[in-house]
Amino acid sequence: MFSDFDLNVILGSLPYLFGTGMVFTVTLTALAATGGIILGTLIAMMRLSGIAALAIPAKIYVNFMRSLPLVLVIFWFYFLVPYIGQWMTGASRPISVGAFTSALVTFTLFEAAFFSEIMRAGIQSVSKGQTSAAQALGLNYRQTMATVILPQAFRNMVPLLLTQTIVLFQDTSLVYVISLTDFMGAASKVAQRDGRLVEMYIFAAVVYLIICLTASTLVRRLQRRVAIIR
Amino acid sequence: MNYNWNWSIFFDQSPEGTGTYADMLLSGLLWTLATALCSWIIAFCLGSIIGVMRTLPSKAANAIGTGYVELFRNIPLLVQMFLWYSVMPEVVPENWGNWLKQLPNASFYTAVICLGFFTASRVAEQVRTGIESLPRGQRMAGTALGLTTAQTYRYVILPIAYRVILPPLTSEFLNNMKNTSVALTIGLLELTARARSMQEFSSQVFEAFTAATVIYLGISLLVVTVAGKIETRVAVPGAR
Repeated sequence: MFSDFDLNVILGSLPYLFGTGMVFTVTLTALAATGGIILGTLIAMMRLSGIAALAIPAKIYVNFMRSLPLVLVIFWFYFLVPYIGQWMTGASRPISVGAFTSALVTFTLFEAAFFSEIMRAGIQSVSKGQTSAAQALGLNYRQTMATVILPQAFRNMVPLLLTQTIVLFQDTSLVYVISLTDFMGAASKVAQRDGRLVEMYIFAAVVYLIICLTASTLVRRLQRRVAIIR
Repeated sequence: MNYNWNWSIFFDQSPEGTGTYADMLLSGLLWTLATALCSWIIAFCLGSIIGVMRTLPSKAANAIGTGYVELFRNIPLLVQMFLWYSVMPEVVPENWGNWLKQLPNASFYTAVICLGFFTASRVAEQVRTGIESLPRGQRMAGTALGLTTAQTYRYVILPIAYRVILPPLTSEFLNNMKNTSVALTIGLLELTARARSMQEFSSQVFEAFTAATVIYLGISLLVVTVAGKIETRVAVPGAR
């Protein structure tokens, strides 16, 4: 059973696993979460704008993204992004953008749908009186949003945004399907190379478990603190 | 865009020699549905048990329930898939492992088990939330009537809790259906995998993925409609 569990395979590949794989995973997660939260907030504002021409496309976008499997969306963008690049730059043929860019675009656009639902709840959690007060003070829409509503909405939603980021962190492992070397991809490459599937996959699982468990415990603690302040 | 659209590609014979590309996608759809339904049965039963355990007075039951949920929620699905598929046959006794390895349709059974256990942790959270959302008086009334804990759950708490969590359970069902696509990494020929192989054979990328997208949207729409019907059907008159 575990009698021939070879710890040296793991120890020997640590620099590769973390130096290449984990750096990739964390970079992709951080960039996609930042982009996703910004875009998601814009989508949430569109949905709550009360203008049908903005609200309806935003709603369709969110529901569309949420009905598709992430793996399919990754494939879609992997093939689509070169054509979008061609269309945007006016080049004569599809431009090659590299798998990382296409993964980043995918995760940003996909997660924006989920972040927008959180931000929509966040904006709605700020009481109507706040908007009325801001308008009574003579603030315009942009000022009301930027200085009154959004700061409170973000603050209320920080725990949920972070929880969604943990989900995103786990989801980035799916870049495996377009052969990118994230943490899981690195583990899988070593596993195939050395024929050590058991060691590498168990190790990868333990690392993900420790990181995500620690992160979600911290988020829960933060949630309790935010709850007391309000 | 200088892409050559060819929508009649679906009626061309696929190089596998088993029918047209449309047949290929259809067989993918059937595998997706079979995997989603079988794993949902496991997820629903196991998830309900774990969810109930987390609301019981017993400390041990609580700890096991919490441990289960934390374990399965904090490891990416892809990693779990590989653990069940590649690691499981190696760490069980050797003759079991050999039996597992030569099982026909191994990727299907693995995907069902893996998704069942994974989604169970999500169902458990919903069941727990549903039970905790009920007023404490319900439980007390059950006890006051002389019902045992098991009877209180069976006749008082669960019938209401399941009604409360029907909408989130619907989205968990859909998530589970979408997650079957992760099983393409262990060789399950479900819908996304078939769209991918159609793209590889015919190089009609966007037709293949459009078809898969439309099918997924169709299933979602169908499930949401049916769930809405069930919700009105089982609603307790006068409640909410």
